Amino acid sequence: MKHILILALALLATLPAQAQNAPSSTLSVDQVWARATPGGAKTGAVYLTVVNGTASDDKIVGASTPAAREAQLHTMIDDNGVMKMRELKSIDVKAGATVTLKPGGMHVMLLGLTKPLKPGDSFSLTLEFEKGGKKELTVAVTKAGAMGMGNMGGTGNMPGMGNMDNMPGHDMGSMGGHGMGGKQN
Amino acid sequence: MTRRTRLHLALGAALLIASAAGTGLYLRSWLAPAADGGASLGGPFTLTRADGVTVTESTYRGKWLLIYFGYTYCPDACPTALNAIAEAMEKLGPAATNVQPLFITIDPARDTPAVVGEYVKAFDPRIVGLTGTEGQIAAVATEYQVYYKRRETEGGPYLMDHTSLIYVVDPAGKLVRFFGGSSSGERIAQHLLELMSQTS
Repeated sequence: MKHILILALALLATLPAQAQNAPSSTLSVDQVWARATPGGAKTGAVYLTVVNGTASDDKIVGASTPAAREAQLHTMIDDNGVMKMRELKSIDVKAGATVTLKPGGMHVMLLGLTKPLKPGDSFSLTLEFEKGGKKELTVAVTKAGAMGMGNMGGTGNMPGMGNMDNMPGHDMGSMGGHGMGGKQN
Repeated sequence: MTRRTRLHLALGAALLIASAAGTGLYLRSWLAPAADGGASLGGPFTLTRADGVTVTESTYRGKWLLIYFGYTYCPDACPTALNAIAEAMEKLGPAATNVQPLFITIDPARDTPAVVGEYVKAFDPRIVGLTGTEGQIAAVATEYQVYYKRRETEGGPYLMDHTSLIYVVDPAGKLVRFFGGSSSGERIAQHLLELMSQTS
């Protein structure tokens, strides 16, 4: 009985220490998701959120996954309604910053999928940071047109996804140069 | 304000923005007809459905059309727009029976009728995927002033830069409105219902 009590106290004592170490001083990646790919599609996109809780600037410099022949960092540029996808060499994640890769902006593009991504599936992705090294992630696959991980219906309510709705002159949403999400870095 | 006036005002606004941005060449050519009061975007087309059947603009006369131009290798913009269309169809409820969404590929070399048909099914079975010969696609893209250009990638499949807009064509075959490719489905549905109530 005595031993159990000591053990319990010892366990309790470790809790605050863990809490202190946990979120504030690390580089973390969460909300890692990809849309299911429609039949026959050879490409896909992975979206995620990086929180740089460290005191130093970092950047994503590469990605790889067994689910595709190649994974590249991409951004979308909205040039007067013409969407242009461009490869990025890296994605900056400044000290203390949160960077979200989301539909209509930056994403990890998967080229040469080994098999279609099905809703409910998951696969591994390695994200490489210049300073933070490699992070092994699990990508959750949502339905084909989802706009976010917890928003399967995709109503465009994700932060930053409502650009069009805020434009004056509702017929012309895209022509106003909808927030060049990909250029922020 | 009539719909025509509103469309022209909107086109005028785009012209201003385009000039301001100094990137207006493409837009100006699009908007030029508006200046003399006869904007005529959209028009006849001949394309092929997934089941191999040839369709033209008259196939869908009497329906409201939601038209999006894209390609199946498109990992981000096209799924976003097609999801918005699928969501709009859902939000329209019974009124959706008067609406026909069309996905027209601007990459006919890879997007065969079967590929396009399979692709759109993932979003909503009501969306019809259309492809055609290079010439047929070029023709319909010109009608809608859709810009598309093949872009090679290092070692990967080529990608397409392309206009990402969702067009609304009325039952008489007239283009009446368009939305940015990342508009919400709810907003598209709202505007469609408004347009429908104005005409009925």
